[in-house]
Amino acid sequence: MMKKVIEGSMAVAEAVKVCRPHVISAYPITPQTHIVENLSQMVADGELKAEFINVESEFGAASVILGASVTGARAYSTTTAQGLLLMAEVLFNIAGLRLPVSITCANRSLSAPINIWNDHQDAMTVRDSGWIQLYAEDCQEVADMQIQAYKIGENPEISLPVMVNMDGFILTHAFEPVELIDQKIADEFLPPYKPEVYLTTKNPVTFGILAEPQYYMETRYRLQQAIEASKQVIEDVANEFKKVFGRYAGGLVDKYRLDGAKTAVVAMGSVVGTIREVVDELRGKGEKVGLLKIRAFRPFPKEVVYDALKGVDNIIIMEKALSLGFGGILLNETKAVFYGKEKQPRMSGFIAGLGGRDVPNKSIIKAVKKAESEMLEDSFVDLREELIGIGE
Amino acid sequence: MAKDETVANKKTVAGKRKKEPITESLVAPGHRACAGCGELLAARLVMNAAGKNVIATCATGCLEVVSSAYPQSAWKMPWIHSLFENPAAVAAGIEAALKALGREDEAHVIAQGGDGATADIGVGCLSGMLERGHNVLYVCYDNEAYMNTGVQRSGLTPFEASTTTAPSGKISWGKTTDKKTMPEIAAAHGIPYVATASVGYYKDLEKKVKKALSIKGPKYLQIHCPCPLGWIHDPALTIKVAQTAVQTGLIPLFEIEYGKVTSVRKIVKRKPVEEYLKLQGRFRHLFKKPGGEEEIKNIQAIADENIRKYSLI
Ligand SMILES: Cc1ncc(C[n+]2csc(CCOP(=O)(O)OP(=O)(O)O)c2C)c(N)n1
Ligand SMILES: [Mg+2]
Repeated sequence: MMKKVIEGSMAVAEAVKVCRPHVISAYPITPQTHIVENLSQMVADGELKAEFINVESEFGAASVILGASVTGARAYSTTTAQGLLLMAEVLFNIAGLRLPVSITCANRSLSAPINIWNDHQDAMTVRDSGWIQLYAEDCQEVADMQIQAYKIGENPEISLPVMVNMDGFILTHAFEPVELIDQKIADEFLPPYKPEVYLTTKNPVTFGILAEPQYYMETRYRLQQAIEASKQVIEDVANEFKKVFGRYAGGLVDKYRLDGAKTAVVAMGSVVGTIREVVDELRGKGEKVGLLKIRAFRPFPKEVVYDALKGVDNIIIMEKALSLGFGGILLNETKAVFYGKEKQPRMSGFIAGLGGRDVPNKSIIKAVKKAESEMLEDSFVDLREELIGIGE
Repeated sequence: MAKDETVANKKTVAGKRKKEPITESLVAPGHRACAGCGELLAARLVMNAAGKNVIATCATGCLEVVSSAYPQSAWKMPWIHSLFENPAAVAAGIEAALKALGREDEAHVIAQGGDGATADIGVGCLSGMLERGHNVLYVCYDNEAYMNTGVQRSGLTPFEASTTTAPSGKISWGKTTDKKTMPEIAAAHGIPYVATASVGYYKDLEKKVKKALSIKGPKYLQIHCPCPLGWIHDPALTIKVAQTAVQTGLIPLFEIEYGKVTSVRKIVKRKPVEEYLKLQGRFRHLFKKPGGEEEIKNIQAIADENIRKYSLI
């Protein structure tokens, strides 16, 4: 296998290519554009044999991959932010229909004000749609995650759509050395998609039924069961991937220097890379700090998170999203994990990097220090106080 | 229609009627549509004319609601309902998948939506599908309002019909604009085939479905379907109401191929629009309120213009 310095978007496109999607449909939006452009070129050059459907909107894109998937095809799309929200209605529909499509979300902030840079508000907003949501730390991981995504979603016990999240610009436009996946090995790892039922005249089936009150609840119960069951599958697929390709970036989570840690930082996405450096730096000074990377936000790995964090005294959650009117989403979900449990570590929440604001090492160190002496909830990192009239 | 349309009594060469064996309808009876529902009748005519090798999509709306309540389904072909505004896009995905999977010859793809799904909320998806040239027949069942949600105004509601969101009132005559020219909008995409049909003329309708399916590429068929509940007429009069609409010139039946009108159904015995309007409660205010006569003249002018534009006489 060869390692190449390529752009994150190209790494995704290369990974999608070896998944052999039959149908790709997407609509351009910054910072996802390089992914669709690369895939379009691959199709134009005959390198990738797929139907590429250039649609009139993200709503159309999501609907096209829905139609393709229900006909028995492997289908792919990619979007971000405004595009993801425009897809929202279809996203819920795809999950309800139990169609294992995959999309890459090049995470970006939400308008207004319009801002094309990274945070996680877009994907977080559709977290209850029934999609499996995975978050990548670097370009290699996002490429590997894409092929894992289909393997997880297409598992007949799961049959769910998977959203692979990569930070806009920070990963989509970053050039990193990436080991490309060989087609032959990919084919062994990811066999062709063969659904049991699909739209065919050989076996006419009605999809998208009307479920009245005596039937609807059970469909949601089944959906919840399936997404819960996907926890094991996500772990298994990560382990199988490790066996075949020799790389492992975590299953549901990834633990880093948590052994003997008194303080743990919890985060998702590319900021995890920066936090790794901070952990190394602080460990070097004898401070007992570790890191828990959340790879799967949906399903939320409650048990694994509890196990990983039960030994620490102090938990710091760094997140790039918030539920307006409530606060940090990852913070409150992590808090929920500890409800009624014996161990009750202190938890502080930091909202960082919204709209693409840089999250440098020193800001993370400052947050860690602050949380050592007091418990903070929804503390905004590096707020420019002069802009909002604080401290005048 | 009391009898299954597929039970055709065909003339033999000798001119005698020979009974054909009863073939089952591809849209099963026992669905929940109202008595006299023009939309269900149209769907049945479309599917039976199209035959067995069809994969169908369907928008949210009356048609879907009455036909697909779990655990029953009236649809004998592979069929999917996704959302209100996306039957065209889902059909495009199906067509693309059939191509990619080498199953292109397996089935015709037919997308179905009501007038609201088609001309209003789903018009973006429809336009995209037509522009991209998918091999899909889109059928719009035009019952001239959002019937499923209780007879609200749509872009295809006719001028001065009273609906629940554009009602007639002390200072209102109902809808202030006429029907969106949806068939012409579809035709403006330069697609191979656009046609209008009516449940009042089922032979014409069937012929158009068959012709559409013999053509590769995007096709658009808009079928005028009375709704006894929404239009407020006797359910027994569905066919008569549909026929009268055509005979007045308010609903012109035509075919447009690659942007050119290639055929029109001529009006044999022209009727004044009053004959159509007075059959329906949604136009009742035109006959009750002072000034109604003037308004009816405006509606007559719409019919006159259709007759002129499409040379219906
Ligand atoms: C996004 C969205 N908006 C609104 C609705 C509510 N809704 C369902 S069917 C319908 C009207 C359907 O009208 P039409 O397409 O004309 O079909 P009909 O019921 O008249 O056959 C509406 C407004 C919906 N399901 N989805
Ligand atoms: Mg309607």
